[in-house]
Amino acid sequence: MSAGTAAAIAGAVRAGERRAVDVLEEHLARIEAREPEIHAFNLVTTDAARAAAAAVDEQVARGEDPGPLAGVPVALKDNLCTRGIPTTCSSRMLEGWAPPYDATVVERLAAAGAVVVGKTNLDEFAMGSSTEHSAFGPTRNPHDTSRVPGGSSGGSAAAVAAGFSPIALGSDTGGSIRQPAALCGVVGVKPTYGRVSRLGLIAFGSSLDQVGPLAADVADAALACEVIGGHDPGDSTSLPEPFPDLRAHLDDGVEGMRVGIVAELTGDGISPDVAAQVRAAAEALAAAGASVEEISVPAVTYGLSAYYLVAPAEASSNLARYDGVRYGLRVEAPNSVEMMEATRTEGFGDEVKRRIMLGTYALSAGYYDAFYGKALKVRTLIRRDFEAAYSKVDVLISPTSPTTAFRFGERSADPMAMYLSDVCTIVANLAGHPAMSVPYGTDAEGLPVGVQVMAPALGEVPMFRVAAALERSLA
Amino acid sequence: MSAATGFDPAEWEVVIGLEVHAELATRTKLFSAAPNRFGEEPNTHIDALTLGLPGSLPVLNRHAVELAIRVGLALNCTVQRSVFARKNYFYPDQSKNYQISQYELPINRDGWLELPSGKVVGIERAHLEEDTGKTTHVGGGGRIHEAEYSLVDYNRAGVPLLEIVGRPDLRSAEEARAYVSELRAILVAVGASDGKMEEGSLRVDCNVSVRRRGEDALGTRCEIKNINSLRSLGRAIEYEAARQVDLITSGERVEQQTRHWNEEDGRTHTLRSKEESDDYRYFPDPDLVVLDPSEEWIEQVRADLPMLPAARRHRLAERSGVELERTALIVERGLDELCLAAIDAGADPARTLTHAEHNLADERATGLDPAAFAELVTMEVDGKLTATQAKTVLAEMVEKGGAPAEIAAAHGFEAMDTSQLEAMVDELIAAHPDEWQRFCDGDAKITGFFVGQVMKATKGKADGKVVTGLLHQRKG
Repeated sequence: MSAGTAAAIAGAVRAGERRAVDVLEEHLARIEAREPEIHAFNLVTTDAARAAAAAVDEQVARGEDPGPLAGVPVALKDNLCTRGIPTTCSSRMLEGWAPPYDATVVERLAAAGAVVVGKTNLDEFAMGSSTEHSAFGPTRNPHDTSRVPGGSSGGSAAAVAAGFSPIALGSDTGGSIRQPAALCGVVGVKPTYGRVSRLGLIAFGSSLDQVGPLAADVADAALACEVIGGHDPGDSTSLPEPFPDLRAHLDDGVEGMRVGIVAELTGDGISPDVAAQVRAAAEALAAAGASVEEISVPAVTYGLSAYYLVAPAEASSNLARYDGVRYGLRVEAPNSVEMMEATRTEGFGDEVKRRIMLGTYALSAGYYDAFYGKALKVRTLIRRDFEAAYSKVDVLISPTSPTTAFRFGERSADPMAMYLSDVCTIVANLAGHPAMSVPYGTDAEGLPVGVQVMAPALGEVPMFRVAAALERSLA
Repeated sequence: MSAATGFDPAEWEVVIGLEVHAELATRTKLFSAAPNRFGEEPNTHIDALTLGLPGSLPVLNRHAVELAIRVGLALNCTVQRSVFARKNYFYPDQSKNYQISQYELPINRDGWLELPSGKVVGIERAHLEEDTGKTTHVGGGGRIHEAEYSLVDYNRAGVPLLEIVGRPDLRSAEEARAYVSELRAILVAVGASDGKMEEGSLRVDCNVSVRRRGEDALGTRCEIKNINSLRSLGRAIEYEAARQVDLITSGERVEQQTRHWNEEDGRTHTLRSKEESDDYRYFPDPDLVVLDPSEEWIEQVRADLPMLPAARRHRLAERSGVELERTALIVERGLDELCLAAIDAGADPARTLTHAEHNLADERATGLDPAAFAELVTMEVDGKLTATQAKTVLAEMVEKGGAPAEIAAAHGFEAMDTSQLEAMVDELIAAHPDEWQRFCDGDAKITGFFVGQVMKATKGKADGKVVTGLLHQRKG
C-alpha cells in the first residue's frame, strides 16, 4: 500500500500519525503545479477544503473517529450537487448556480471524513467521451497533454492520474467513468444501477446514470464504493440491499472462478495493442486459477443503437427544465416564450443540442414505437443475452475502450466516431449491471490500456475479486 | 356567429363526458415533502423538487396513493399495477417542463357511479398526476406572447391530483351537474378531497357533442375548459350543444376543438383546434418505479371505506318506503342516519322524510336526538300539533335542543278544537262578505286571506288545512 493511497492516508490520519491539513496542502501544491496544464477542475475549493481538513484534525484531537476516509482529498465531478458551491455541469446554462443541497454521495463522503478539493471538468451535461465538449475548455490527459483524458468524467480521471486527489467521483451513463479511467490509467467503477444514490446527481439519462469512484488502485475504489453505496430513501430507484464489504474479498483470489472474454469485443474496431492487453489479462487470470473461455454476447453489437435512443430521449426531457425561468442562465427577450428559446439557444452547446433533438425525435408521436419503444425492447434482449452468458461464467472481461487516448480534435468533428468510443461500455448501463475498468499495461506508445470487468447485477464482489487479481498480476 | 339558440331535444341528443381533476387532501405534495396547502403567500410551499432544481428526485407520497385507491374503489374501479409517465411540454408554471402523470397504465380503471336518479355512468379511469403552478401574465391582455412580464407561483405545483375520466354517458346539462355533485359527494365521503369547485380543488373539463336521435355514431366533440361552478357547467353545455346544432343545421361541420367558457358573455370560444394540439412525448418516468399496490393493502382500504352516498340513498328508500329520488337531498345533507333512527323509534317514515327535506336545512340538524325527532313526528301525526307548529318546534329543537312536548307547551301549542274553529270561520265570513263572495266565485287566492286571519286570531295554533276544509264546506 503506497503512502499516497486513500486507505493509507485515512489510516495515518485516524491514527494521529498525519494531519489532514498537511495531506491537503501536499495535494493543493500538486494542483497548483500542474492544474494550469491539465485543467482537471472547474473550481478548486481551497478555503472550504482547508476548513474541512482542520475539522477532521480537530475530531482526531478530540479522540473521535472522522471515518474511513479521514482526511482523504476527494474531487467531485461538477454534475454532483454541492451546497453553496457552484455546480455547472460544464455548461453556460448553469454557470454560477450554487445548489442549496449536497448530493447524497457528497453527504456520505463528508460523513466519512473526506475533504472535497474541487469540482472537476466534464463534457457538458456528461454528454461526450473526451471532455472536449466542456463549455469551459477541455481537460488534458496527464500521461500526454496532447491527448484527451476521455469523458465525460475526464476531469475526475485526470485529477486522480495527476495525483490531485487519490479518489474522485464521476458519473457513468454509457461509460463516462470507465472510459476516462482507461485512458488515464486509473481504476473506474460503475456499480449496479440503484446501488449508489442519484439524488443530487444532475440527470442525463436517468435510467442509465450511476455515480461511482475513480481511484489510483482497486482497494481505494472498493473503499469509496462502500462509503457512497447503499440504500437512499430519497432515490426511488435505489436498491434496498446494503453495499457489501468489498475490501474483505479483495484477496480471495480467482481460483475456480469462470471468466468469459466477450467474443464480439475482440476483433473489429478494437486496436491490436488494446486487444493484446485483454488477452494478457485473460492469461493472468488463468494463471491465477480461473477458467477462461471466449463467450458470445450478441447484444453487445446492437447496444450502441439502443443507447443512442434511450439516453438522448431521457436527456431531452431531463434538460427541459433549463429554461431561464427559475435559476441559471437567463437571456432577456420580449416575453417568456422567447426568453426560454433564447436562453436554451445560448446556454447549451452543440453536442447537448444534438442529443436533445435526437431524443425529442425518438419520443415524438408516430415514432415512439419505432425508436424509444424498440430501444426498450432491445434493453430486455440485452439483459437476456447477459443472463445466458452469466449462466456459463461468473464475470466477463473486454477492453474498456477500443483505443487508448486519442488526440484533441481527432473525433470531435465526427459524432459517430466519438459515439463508437462507448461501444464496449454502454451495454452494462443498458443492462444495469456493474462494470469497472482496471489499468492493464500500455500500448506501443506507452499510453495506458484499461481492461473492463463486468458482472451480473449485484455482482460487485466477484467483479472486484477479478479486478484485484488483475492488479496483483502486474505487481 | 350569432348567439346560439335553443334546439328541439326531441330531434337532437347531447352527449357529454366529463374529466374531473380533484386535488387530493394530503399533507404534502405528490412527490415531495413541501406542504399541500391552499392560498398563501406565493412561492412559500416549495422545495427543490417543486422548483425542478437540478439533482432533485421524486419520491411518491404513500397517502396520495391510498386516497387514489379509496376513490377508485368507491367508483367501483379495478385498482391495478400502474406506471408514472412524463408528459413533456414547455410552460413557465411547469417547473420541470414535464408533468408526472399516468398514461398507458392508470392506477384505477373501468368503474362506474350511480346518480340519484338511478342512472349509472361509466368511469374510464382515475389516475394520479401532479398539479402545475399558476402563471399570471401581466399586460398584453393576459396572453403569454403579448405580456409585459409574467409571474409564477409554484405553491400549487406538485400538488396531487386525481384525474377522473368519465365515459360519454351523460345526456343533458342536468345530468352532468348531477354527475359532478355525486362525484364530489363521493370524494368528500372517502376523505379524498374537499371538492371545492370555487377554490379550484375540483376542476371540470367537459366534452360535448351532438347527434340526431337514433344515430349510433358520436358527433365530433369539443372540449370546454374554464368551468368554475356547477352553474357554469350547465350553461356551458347548453350553449355549446346549441352552437353545434346551429352549425350542423346550417350545413357546416363541427370542428374538433378545445374551447374556453367565458362566464361573462355566456359563450364558448376557440382555444385551439385538434391540428394545433401538442405532442406530449409521453414516456415512462425513469426516476420512479412501477406502482403495484398489494392485494392486502387494497383490501384493507376497501374494508375501511365508509358507506357511500348511493348505498345510503338505497338504504333510506328501502327503509322509508319513499321513491329513490326523494332520498338524494336528505343523504346530501347527511340526515339519513337521523331519519332512519327516528323511523326505528316509531316515527312515520313519510312525515319524517318530509321534515328532513323541508325543515332541516340547518347544518346543526344532524345533531338532533332521533328519539325526540320521532316524538315530534308522532305528535304531529296524532293531530296534537299542526304542521306549522311542528315546524316551529323542530326549529327550536335544532337550535336549543329539548323535548318537543315541553317546547310545544311553552309556546302554548295545543290542537284547536274543530268546533272553536268553525265558530271563528263563520264569524269571519259574516265580517267579510266581499271576500267571501270572491271565494265562492272561485278566486283561490283569497283562501290565504281567511287562513291568515284565523292564524292571526289563534296565534298560529290552527291547522291551515282544516281551515281550508271548513271554508269549502261552508261554500257547499
